[in-house]
Order: sequence, then C-alpha cells, then structure tokens
Amino acid sequence: MTTAVMNTKDTAGETTVVEVSVGERWFTVCAYDALVPGRGVAALVDGRQIALYRDRTGAVHAVGNRDPFSGAHVISRGLLGSRDGVPVVLSPMYKQAFDLRTGACLDEEEAPDGTPAALPVWPVRTTNAPVGSAS
Amino acid sequence: MTETPKTPRNLVLVGHGMVGQRFLEAFAERGGCGPAGDWHVTVLAEEPRPAYDRVHLTSWFSGTTADELSMWDDEFGVQHGIDLRLGDPAEKIDRAARTVTARSGQVFPYDALVLATGSYPFVPPVPGHDAAGCFVYRTIEDLEAIRAAADNARIGAVVGGGLLGLEAAGALRAMGLDTHVVEFAPRLMALQVDEGGGAVLRDKIQELGVTVHTGAGTQTVETDADGAVRGMVLSNGATVDADLVVFSAGVRPRDQLARECGLPVGERGGIVVDASCRTEDPAVWAIGECALACDGRVYGLVAPGYAMAETAATQITVAEGEFTGADLSTKLKLLGVDVASFGDAQGTTEGSLEVLYANSREGVYKKLVIGTDGALLGGVLVGDTDSYDLLRPLALNGAPLTAPPEQLVLPSSIGAAPGPIALPDEAVVCSCHNVTKGAIRSAVADQGCADVPAVKKCTRAGTGCGSCVKLLGTLVGEELAAQGVEVSRGLCEHFTHTRAEIYEIVRVKGITTFAQLIDEHGRSGTGAEGCEVCKPVVGSVLASLSPALGDAVSGHILDGEQAALQDTNDHFLANLQRNGSYSVVPRIPGGEVTPDGLITIGEIARDFGLYTKITGGQRIDMFGASVDQLPAIWKRLVDAGFESGHAYGKSLRTVKSCVGQTWCRYGVQDSVALAIELELRYRGLRAPHKLKSAVSGCARECAEAQSKDFGIIATSAGWNLYVGGNGGMTPRHADLLLVDADRDALLRTIDRFLMFYVRTADRLERTAPWIERMEGGLDHLRAVIVDDSLGICDELDELMSRHVDSYEDEWRATLEDPDRLSRFVSFVNAPGTPDPTIRFVPEREQIRPADPEAHDTSDASAQTFVAGPSLEVRTLV
Ligand code: SRM
Ligand SMILES: Cc1cc2nc3c(=O)[nH]c(=O)nc-3n(C[C@H](O)[C@H](O)[C@H](O)COP(=O)(O)OP(=O)(O)OC[C@H]3O[C@@H](n4cnc5c(N)ncnc54)[C@H](O)[C@@H]3O)c2cc1C
Ligand code: SF4
Ligand code: FES
Repeated sequence: MTTAVMNTKDTAGETTVVEVSVGERWFTVCAYDALVPGRGVAALVDGRQIALYRDRTGAVHAVGNRDPFSGAHVISRGLLGSRDGVPVVLSPMYKQAFDLRTGACLDEEEAPDGTPAALPVWPVRTTNAPVGSAS
Repeated sequence: MTETPKTPRNLVLVGHGMVGQRFLEAFAERGGCGPAGDWHVTVLAEEPRPAYDRVHLTSWFSGTTADELSMWDDEFGVQHGIDLRLGDPAEKIDRAARTVTARSGQVFPYDALVLATGSYPFVPPVPGHDAAGCFVYRTIEDLEAIRAAADNARIGAVVGGGLLGLEAAGALRAMGLDTHVVEFAPRLMALQVDEGGGAVLRDKIQELGVTVHTGAGTQTVETDADGAVRGMVLSNGATVDADLVVFSAGVRPRDQLARECGLPVGERGGIVVDASCRTEDPAVWAIGECALACDGRVYGLVAPGYAMAETAATQITVAEGEFTGADLSTKLKLLGVDVASFGDAQGTTEGSLEVLYANSREGVYKKLVIGTDGALLGGVLVGDTDSYDLLRPLALNGAPLTAPPEQLVLPSSIGAAPGPIALPDEAVVCSCHNVTKGAIRSAVADQGCADVPAVKKCTRAGTGCGSCVKLLGTLVGEELAAQGVEVSRGLCEHFTHTRAEIYEIVRVKGITTFAQLIDEHGRSGTGAEGCEVCKPVVGSVLASLSPALGDAVSGHILDGEQAALQDTNDHFLANLQRNGSYSVVPRIPGGEVTPDGLITIGEIARDFGLYTKITGGQRIDMFGASVDQLPAIWKRLVDAGFESGHAYGKSLRTVKSCVGQTWCRYGVQDSVALAIELELRYRGLRAPHKLKSAVSGCARECAEAQSKDFGIIATSAGWNLYVGGNGGMTPRHADLLLVDADRDALLRTIDRFLMFYVRTADRLERTAPWIERMEGGLDHLRAVIVDDSLGICDELDELMSRHVDSYEDEWRATLEDPDRLSRFVSFVNAPGTPDPTIRFVPEREQIRPADPEAHDTSDASAQTFVAGPSLEVRTLV
C-alpha cells in the first residue's frame, strides 16, 4: 500500500510520522525522516514484521518482511527499483522482484514450500504528530 | 450424421530411458497420442524413476540432484494420456497374441510395440568380479552405491579407459580416492582418439592424479577374508591395490526380450531393424542402444538414439522417415581435460590426408582429417577443444573448407588468427536434435526469436548435451545483426549504456549522484527509480571514481544517496547468510596473522557465539551475527587493529601467499612480504567484480597464483606476473604478462592493469572473461598497459595513486559516525531487539542456522536459541 506524502517538513513542535494499519488499527512506526529514499527498514508491529520504504518520489510502502523463498525476514534490506514501470522491492536473498502495491512476486508464482509467492501489504499513511511521539 | 468413435490403438513402450522419453515427445508432437491422437500409450519402465539425463549422470556427484536430471514432467504425461509404470519391467513378449507381460503379472495388448531397453554394462567374467566393492556405472542407483562405498574406501580402480571409464575415474578422484584406470587397449579412449592424441590425453589424466595402466587387462579381482575387494591382478602380472572397483568395460545391447520372442538379433547383439527402425515383425520397433541399425552398427551415444526415436515416431504416425546412420562425435565432460573427436576421426576414408598440430609442452594435440576434395572429414582435439563447436558441423556437412586447414589447428597466438569461417546453411549445428544452421537462422528471421532461449525453445537446439550452445549464441547474434536488430548491450531497462560507458560518462561529466545520472542519461527520463542491476553498478562506479571526483562524492559507501544503491552486503558491510544473519571477515593480509591476532578473533567469536571457519581465501570467517551485533563485533575488531576484509564488496578480496623464502627451503623471494604489500595497496578498490590475487615464492606455486585475477610467481631474478586467471565456475589459467620484473615495474603494471579493468569491464565481468573478450587479447592488453599505446597510462597511474592515498577503513569510519551506525538495528521501532526469527541449533560444538520456521530437530524448542550460546552484554554508546 502506498501513500503520497505532501508535507515532510516539521511544523511548529510537530514532526511527520509514518503509520501502518494492522488489524484495523493505525500504529505509529517511525519518523518519516528515518526513512532513506530507496532503502527500507523493518518494524515490529503487533507482533508482525513489516518492511517499510520510501521511494524517490517520497511515497511510502509497507509489505511483509518475510522472504517467501528463503523464509528469512530480510525483505526490508532489499533494493527498491522499477520493473516495466511497476515499483518493486528486490529480495536481497535470491533477487526476486515483488510489486510494492500488491505484494505479488513478478518472477515466480510459488515459493518452494508450495505457497503463493506474495508478500502481505498494509495501508500506510503519514501524519503530523508531536515531536517525540515516534520512538 | 454420426461418426463411429475411434477405438484407440495401443502402443506399448518398453524402457523409459533417454531414447524412450524422446520417442514419447516426438510421438506426442506428431499427434500420435493426446487429446486428438489415435493411440493409447503404456510405458513399462524397469528403473524406479522416470527417464533422466544419463549423459550428465556424473554431475550427480558434484551436486546435481536426481530431480534436476529428470527429463519427465507429470503434466506432459497427463496431457498425452501416457500410462507410465515405474519399476515394472516387461518380462515376456507374445508376438502371436500381440501382448507384453510385465513383472507385476499384468498383460498389455499392443498394436505397436517399441523396444527402447538400452544397454547393460559389460562386466568381464574374471574371478572375483562380483565381490563386495565391485560396481558398474549406469544408473543413479549405481552412483548412490559407489558414493556410499567411497566413504570407507581409499583406493579406487576403474576397469576400462574409454569415455565412461574416464568419467568414472574423474568422479572417484573428486571423492578423494587414489585412482587407477586399467585399459586393455594400448591407449585411452581408443575408439575416439588416435595414438598421438592418446599420449597427450594420458598426460592430462595423470596430471589429475589418476594412475593409468594401458595395454593391460584385469585377470582377477582379489578379495579379503570377508569377500570384499582388496585389489586386482593384471594380465601383465602387475598388481593394483584397491578397495573399490568400477567396471566400465563397454556396454552390450539389452536384446533379451527380442531374442526370446524370436526376433533376429545381430551376431554381437542388438535387435535387427531396418531404415524405418522396424524389426522383422511389422508391429515391433527397436530404438536407441538396444537396436542394431541398418548400417550394421549399435550406437552407444544419445544423438543417434534420438534420431531413431524421431524416425520411429514419424513412421508410426505418418509412415515416413528413415534412419540410416548418425554422427559419432563426442566430447569428454571431465574437468580440466578437453578431449573431442568428430566425424572420421581415425582417418579411415581412402586418400584422406592429415593436418596435425602437437605441442607436448602445452599438452595440446589437434588433428584434422581432410578429404581429397579438400573437405573436412573429421578430427581429434586434445587439450584445446574450443574449435569443436565449429569443426563438427563443418565435418558433418562435408563441403570443401573455405580456409586453409592449418589455420584451424594453429593456436591463435601463432600466425594469423583464424578468420571468420562461414558455415553453410545445411551444416548441422546441434546434432542431438539435428538442427541446421538454416533452421536457426529461420527461427530468428521468420519466427521472431530474439534471443538464445527463444531459439532453444523453438528449435530444441542446445537442449541435449549442450555442447553446441556457444556456437548457437554466435549464430543467433549474427543473424540478429543481419536482420538489423540492434542487440541491446545496455545494462538494464533504465540504461542503454554498458558499464564501461557509464564509467566514462561519470568520469568525463563529473556526475556525482545516481539521481543526476538516471535523470540525465537514463532511458525513461527524470524521476525513474532504477533497479537492482543499475543501482549497484553506479554505486560501484561512483566509489571507484570518488577519489578523482573529489569532495562532491563521499568516499564512504554508506553515505547519502550512495547508501540506497548498495546491495544488502555492502549496505551492512557484511555478507548476508541464508537465515538473515551476517558473516564477518576481517582482513588478514597475505594470510599472515599473529598468535595474539588469532586469540583476539577467537575471543570475539566466543563472546558473540559466532560460528568460525577458515575460508578458502586464507582468513577467518565468523558467521551468525545479527545486524544489531555487527557494530559491537567490529568495534572490538577495530580496537584490536583489524579492518574490513571487504568480503562483501566487488573489490579486492585477498592476496594469498605461500610461506616463501623466509622459511621454505625452495623459496627464492619473500612472497609473504609482497603479498602483504599488494593487499594493502589495493584494498578497498571498487571494481566491476571481485578481485583476487596470490604470490608464490617459487615455481612450485603453492599459492595457486595462476588461478587469480593477478598472480605473481617469484623467480631468482624477480617476479613473473600472470593476469586473467579464475577459479570458480569457469576456471582459467592466467596469462604470463611480465617476466623477471622488479618490484617497481611489477606494481606499476598491476596498477594499470587494475585501473584499465575498472574502467572498461562489464558489470560482474571478472578479469578472465574481460581479457577473453578484448579484441587483440593479451597482446592488446600488453600494448595498452606496458607500451602505453593509447596514451592513457599517466591517467591510470594517477587514478591508482589517488585510490591508494584516499583509502580509509570502512568499518572504522562507520563506527565513528552515529548516523552511519543508526541503520544497524533489526527494527526501526524497537532498537536493541534482535530479529526473533533468526535461530540457531548446535552442531559439532558450534552453531548453525535452524531450518526456516524452526522444526529442525524433534526437540527444536529446547535446542534453538536466538543468538550464540553466550551473548555479548555490552552495548555501544
Ligand atoms: C567464505 C568462502 C567459502 C569458505 O568458507 O571458504 C566463500 C564464500 C562465498 N563465495 Fe566464494 N568463497 C570463498 C572463496 C572462494 C574461492 C577461493 C579463493 O578465493 O581462493 C573461489 C575461487 C576463486 C575465484 O574466485 O576465482 C570462490 C569463488 C566464488 C564464486 C565464483 C566466481 C567466478 O568467477 O566464477 C562466487 C560467485 C560469484 O562471485 O558470482 C562466489 C561467491 C561466494 C559467496 C559470496 C556466495 C554468496 O553470495 O553468498 C559466499 C559468501 C559467503 C560469506 O557470507 O562470507 N565464490 N570463492 C571463501 C571466502 C574467501 C575469503 O576469505 O574471502
Ligand atoms: C556416465 C555416462 C555418460 C555418458 N555420456 C555420454 C555422452 O557424453 N554422449 C553421448 O552421446 N552418450 C553418452 N552416454 C550414453 C547415453 O547415456 C546413452 O546413449 C543413452 O542413454 C541411450 O538411451 P537409451 O534410451 O537407448 O538407453 P537407456 O538410457 O539405458 O534407457 C533404457 C532403459 O530401459 C530400461 N529397461 C531395460 N530393459 C527393460 C525391460 N525389460 N522393461 C522395462 N524397462 C527396461 C532400463 O532400465 C533403462 O531405464 C553416457 C552414458 C553414461 C552411463
Ligand atoms: S561458499 Fe562458495 S562454494 Fe560454498 S556454497 Fe557458498 S558459494 Fe557455494
Ligand atoms: S549438440 Fe547436443 S545439444 Fe546441441
């Protein structure tokens, strides 16, 4: 899931934070500025591992951190890219590409264990919050 | 109108080997079976698994799995209604009733019966031939048995020095056995090579550490009290100790079923068939190694078998097609030994002439057999089979040569390099699938195939033994060019440039960021994101050029936008492992380390609970660190004087060394000191691919310098420099570039060599393929970097001296900068919490990753732990 970010500047006493919606609740995850464009971070939200990225345009994406091909929780360490215009993240393990909007794998349909090769996706948004609320 | 439904006719195939499978494919392709076909097909197979690639059987020993060798696809069976019965061989044919009885007792009626039962290995009936420890070499089960026995064996002997025997010997050698080959004929591979070639081949095989006995047969296999093999007595009286024996003394057609039901068989075996592959009984066919073809031969190779399979399938469906003979060309698939023969290799054609090139020092022997009309009839190649791809189709085609034959055997370093040799359209390029050059051209020109995979799919060329794939690539490239299709050499969908072009753009225009480069020079205009291919390439180019570009680019690869360009390894300055943990490799220049250094590494590994192993690069790797632990581990290493070993980067890895003159009684120079100097000089240099080096203290070459990107061997007068060597997937021996050089000349030449490589090589191109691709090869390289033919040496020298001056240890710099350190957390919202899914289990007194999702042992929960057995408690401030 993706959201465009209009305002990244601190307004008086406030900072822009990133929030993820898991199980119908919004969780504040980190400061928007903690995201380096083109790179990801992992977050623990409600017991789940979520990979968050910010792309060159400033948009934020949230997908599952578990790589279905290796079973390791490493997706957040992959590079962002685009393939035929589709925004993707590339697993750092064996380099499969996943569509950041849908989580679908563009290279293979099934993981080795027979499950569909897709990452879960979660809605993300940015909001302004008092300084210090994103730890 | 009603149509009477067709009653399908029954076809029974006996034998599901390579040829049987090929028959099924050809039969299905011609509509014989499947939705619209007339036939119902039953396959009786003796082996417990469906057909697999027997030709590549030996690769099972090097890790290719039975699944990977399999040629069968369940989907194919379902689609074509093929009833495959594994492990149920045919036992009896009743030709009058037209039925086959299987071992299970089931009786299968047939309207057409195809026998594809292959061969069995011939075991000479010498005393002891069936003792425990004696094996044959034909099925996956045979190999499983050999591998199990090899665990407890020390010496292996192979009876038979033909193609298969040598493959078996190579496999025993690779399993660490002392290996002997016993061959009755006076030379190895007597069927394929002539006397001169045999002598060179023998040297090559012995170089692999295999002892060769020729002109000697096995008289008895000796056994010990338990009946297990102990050795062999040969016909010349010699004895060979061995606790494992593999018989590979030829094969015999499996024609017993045919014999028993009264079908004619040849004097020396083989089911007699005519040009349509039919036996005397019009309802019975025989194909592959069990058949005696109409030219009076039993073929022991797969390509003729495939041709027979096609013939029979065509005959049964449309009653046309013939098999009258086939190509006997072969190439040995043995690491480090290149042997090939093709066409009339023995020169049996009347009036034929021979053109010969032999160089026993280099171990090369090449012979071409030329007909009276100047056509190439065949040949033998030992030690250098590069031209096999091209020569084989030329010989099969039989047209007069367009180039003088000497040119085809001389090495390219002597005399003129062979000019382009035009293959005629009728030349068979792929003999496994009988595909001509014309068919390949038409696949590109008329059927729109735009690359090699597409042509493979469409023509099947290259999908058999694989030996034609290289030539296929050349032909497809040529045809695309002829069609005016521009073959894009571009890096990826974002850049039309090659890596070398990008390097030049960045250098000349002084570009300092990826964003600027892709916006100004990318395919898709501003704002594009790039991808996993172009980002690391640009990151590496910026890093190599950063000393020259000045302050505008940070030299540190974790800074600013550069951080987003690096693969995860560079991003965390460590190597990602299969479970998401990382490995840590400190630099140990030249492999020299003090006892204190060893103790420090040991203490750190123990404190953090890391798995330790000596690497193939003469240093120590520590595995199992979580992202969060990396800074603390490196803090201790840096404090103890260690620095990054760049095991993660496309950059200099190690300069290995032997102990050299200081200690070794043969050494003539101080190889350790030079190795350390070189490693410190070139450390951190970012390159298109990793760089490896080694220095040996004398010609015994204990540091294996000739397998390195740049390798140095001491002489009594100085140093010999070799370049372009490679281990890994495609090993290549390095070429000699300098002889007896002094230290300064050596360093200057290596500086230029490396910078010229960094500047002009492609992405992920090691120096070996780079030199191979270079027009003019080694001579051109020497002209550029020794004689300065392009006038760029000053520039190359300058770039290297800036690199040397600006080097800083990436890990030290990272530890000094809180910003850089902030990324080393598992979770952005829970720093200090390690990833709970990274789990280890104990093994041989250390740790190893638990299988994903944990159920590693029955008692997994009790055994797994989140980090090493003892956890470092201190944290970094
Ligand atoms: C650790 C080590 C194996 C060991 O336990 O001994 C190793 C480990 C890896 N090798 Fe290697 N290679 C190691 C010595 C070698 C050697 C031996 C040598 O350097 O003398 C070779 C053959 C020599 C050569 O490169 O010419 C070697 C040829 C390869 C290749 C094939 C390169 C080629 O040109 O064909 C790859 C694949 C690649 O780079 O694309 C590879 C790739 C790898 C990777 C990076 C695979 C991967 O992507 O994970 C492994 C990284 C493991 C890690 O996390 O540290 N490794 N690898 C050795 C580290 C040496 C060191 O101290 O830095
Ligand atoms: C190690 C090795 C390396 C080789 N390398 C090369 C090479 O480089 N180039 C090359 O051209 N060739 C090579 N060959 C030879 C090649 O593998 C054979 O030519 C090819 O496999 C022949 O195919 P086939 O179907 O006739 O026989 P096979 O592949 O032997 O298949 C026959 C099948 O029939 C089964 N069978 C037998 N009797 C019955 C029965 N009564 N009922 C049911 N099933 C039965 C057998 O169990 C077997 O599965 C190599 C062979 C080996 C073993
Ligand atoms: S260390 Fe090298 S050879 Fe060993 S598994 Fe890894 S890549 Fe393969
Ligand atoms: S010649 Fe064997 S695959 Fe082409």
